Amino acid sequence: MNTQFWLIQVFNGISYGALLFLVGSGLSLIFGVMRIVNLSHGSYFLLGGYVALSVIWTTGSWALSLPAAALSIAAVGLLMERIFLRPLGFDPLRQVLLTVGFAFLFQQAALDIWTGNNFDINPPEALTKTVVVAGLYLPLYRIFMIATAAAIGIALWLVMEKTRMGAAVRATVDDAQMARGVGIDTSRISMFIFALGALLAALGGVIGGAFLGIYPGLDFEMLPIAFAVVIIGGMGSLGGAAIGALLVGLADNFGKALFPEVSYFTLYAPMALILAVKPTGLFGRE
Amino acid sequence: MTSQGTKVLVVVAALAAIAIVVPNTNSFVILLSTRALAFSILVMSVDVLLGYTGLPSLGQAAYLGVGAYLTAILATRYQFGLGYDFWVVVVLGILIAAALAAVFGLLAIRATGVYFLMITLALGQCAWGLAYRWNSLTGGDNGINLRGRPKFGIDLANEVTFFYLVLGFFVLSLLLMYTLVRSPFGRSLTGIRERELRMKIIGYNTWLHKYLAFIIAGGFGGLAGVLWAHTAGIVSPENVVLTTSVDALLMAVLGGAGTLVGGVIGAIIVFGLREYLSTLVPWWQYVLGAVYVLTILYLPTGLMGIPERIRQRQTLSGKREDVKKIAPVTS
Repeated sequence: MNTQFWLIQVFNGISYGALLFLVGSGLSLIFGVMRIVNLSHGSYFLLGGYVALSVIWTTGSWALSLPAAALSIAAVGLLMERIFLRPLGFDPLRQVLLTVGFAFLFQQAALDIWTGNNFDINPPEALTKTVVVAGLYLPLYRIFMIATAAAIGIALWLVMEKTRMGAAVRATVDDAQMARGVGIDTSRISMFIFALGALLAALGGVIGGAFLGIYPGLDFEMLPIAFAVVIIGGMGSLGGAAIGALLVGLADNFGKALFPEVSYFTLYAPMALILAVKPTGLFGRE
Repeated sequence: MTSQGTKVLVVVAALAAIAIVVPNTNSFVILLSTRALAFSILVMSVDVLLGYTGLPSLGQAAYLGVGAYLTAILATRYQFGLGYDFWVVVVLGILIAAALAAVFGLLAIRATGVYFLMITLALGQCAWGLAYRWNSLTGGDNGINLRGRPKFGIDLANEVTFFYLVLGFFVLSLLLMYTLVRSPFGRSLTGIRERELRMKIIGYNTWLHKYLAFIIAGGFGGLAGVLWAHTAGIVSPENVVLTTSVDALLMAVLGGAGTLVGGVIGAIIVFGLREYLSTLVPWWQYVLGAVYVLTILYLPTGLMGIPERIRQRQTLSGKREDVKKIAPVTS
């Protein structure tokens, strides 16, 4: 275990964290705005990957599959929010169970349409090369993942901090009732955020599909990890999601490399402890 | 006769019918019923938390897992629990699951609502992570295969004998939990569900009440685990995974939270759909998903709430008629 090993592990952890940021940031915003524990978020991730596969098979274009998957899954999320979640009103338990019901439906639909086989999403040639930085061989694709997540993170941050829409979203996270009181249409904000969360998760599915693969069961594998990101980072906070994603990405990587037998335990035990001590997460708003 | 008395009679009659009818059917139905009954104990333990205490646990599979892994590890490594010592394993399974709940409860009980869901999810995932990765103890992804069921005077390898054993444990659990929720302790749990602050002001230690309920539910989960290990013959991370906890919670809600026996109906329907319908049609999971979604949207009180809703509708429409009759006179 020399410096090189540690540097490579750190790099892998950060790039995995970049992927987790895409999944976790949406989940965090959804929770912050709507107080919904969305258990179908993993399904958006998986469905995004599947839609991308279909697009790649028919058109052969990887670049086209990104927006196609993201937008179609955003539409699914939007419909789900409007037709099913909105009428339930505020009842955490029923909302949670409803999203699970949908997760099961999506699972079966995916099995019917895309069969139970394992697939890989092959990125274009240009991204499969490796680059040498300071004596380390780094896959270009992982650098692309980090760059994409960073770009999306910055764009989201700008929207949230600098625009009127973003201010309305932040107000809703802090106090939905008060936000309604001052004339913010929180129902529309919820719709927008839910769709955005689905879009980000689907994007994560397409990008992550290249090195995780796309297979049945991935939805419920991704879901708890995304929750770990949200909880460690703090619910409803973008910066928190970024830090949470990095921490979870690194913890997961080092856990698997150093103590494989307890690697998941080292991920979820801190999550439970943080929840017990500070339910809003490390960086959540009170 | 009180309506509670009628309900108890119906449940007793239904149990008697199950005890008589099931052993005379084919082995598929017997196995299915055994599975449903063993899992029902876990569902009822979820209901004690959800329906009576107002704590929606998303990590109840952890206790099932602890009981099941304990049984499997003792049986395969030490040949323990395959004779009369089976009863020792039952007690150990309950105790170790209750002990785990005592540790987890320290972290979870303070949280309420969504946060309780999240923290029990995290704790459940801790248990799953260990089951999945701790290869040397749990056999990792492959799980542990049990070779043969216990034999002590009676041979549990016999399906019907084993069915009666599980039914016995089930009835005992139902009785114990029924007594629990109707005891003064259970009444104060219901009080906490309705309005925790008020109970605190009256002077109840609500934290302790919830903590004890959590431990008791964990113990029953452990019992379900011991039985499940011998029912399925294999213990794997599948039993501890998030979807198993979600299943238990959904079954409780599907049958009707706060009814105990509702969970059994939920379990029978879900196991029936999953294992019987899946042999008939490939799209069975749509039915299951649709049942969940429709129940949550239109039947928040679950299947057990249907008679009550019908009665309400009748009295309501009756009243409306009355209003119509009176209306012209008063105007």
